[in-house]
Amino acid sequence: MRNLIALFSGLIFGFGLIAGGMTDPAKVKGFLDLFGAWDPSLALVMGGAIAVGVFAFAAARRRTRSWTGDLMEIPSSTVIDMRLIVGGVLFGIGWGIGGFCPGPALVAMGSGLGSAWLFVAAMVAGMLLHDRIFKSR
Amino acid sequence: MTIAWNQFTPWGALVGGLLIGLASALYLLGNGRIAGIAGIVASPLRAMFSGTSLLPERTRLLFLGGLFGSPWVWRLFAPLPVASVDVGSLGLVAAGLFVGFGVRMGNGCTSGHGVCGLSRFSLRSLANVLAFMGAGFVTVFVLRHVV
Repeated sequence: MRNLIALFSGLIFGFGLIAGGMTDPAKVKGFLDLFGAWDPSLALVMGGAIAVGVFAFAAARRRTRSWTGDLMEIPSSTVIDMRLIVGGVLFGIGWGIGGFCPGPALVAMGSGLGSAWLFVAAMVAGMLLHDRIFKSR
Repeated sequence: MTIAWNQFTPWGALVGGLLIGLASALYLLGNGRIAGIAGIVASPLRAMFSGTSLLPERTRLLFLGGLFGSPWVWRLFAPLPVASVDVGSLGLVAAGLFVGFGVRMGNGCTSGHGVCGLSRFSLRSLANVLAFMGAGFVTVFVLRHVV
């Protein structure tokens, strides 16, 4: 059951990214081009997702176990440190250069977009490089 | 700032957002996990490179399979929207390295900190979102209007 839930979650997540136009890097960059001709679509995608998410997390907080019986794994860290901010800045720079973030890149990869394959290969390398340097979790 | 009304797709964006919210809700309430893509990619990757078993990673791999397969299923019903990339190979490699390194360092991306973090009113996630959004705005400004 949990496998089926995971598969369907991924599938619906992907449909949402496609429907929202987020698999097109040009559209994402249109949102990031705040000082040019700005396309607010991405803000509505996030707003729509959060509108549902708020209720989901409110419901999740009242449970100790998921429908499949696993313990709820909701992050508990409240630390705001340099790693969090510098990591965000580095991610934002890459996002601005390519117009891809991890989710849309994987969907674009599935649709056969060659650029997305190259981006994801480099992204995996970036993740491994980070973990090699910081030997973190 | 001018709004690009000819590019703006409010209904598609809203429907897409609601679907992303529903998917995150299903994964959270069904499996007890946060639908943060950066973490879902990094975890099996770590297992693979540290030589530990991939078996505990199978739900994450299935989530990724769903993401990867979503355009195939979509194509059965409707044509995929066009995707245009305006950077060359070198730019894509740089973008990927920055994104991969950054999401590991900051422990999340647009989905984990953005959608899930803001949905649970986490200040930690808000700080990360402001950092990556700010950096994204500045980067595109520099690349499009300065350089």
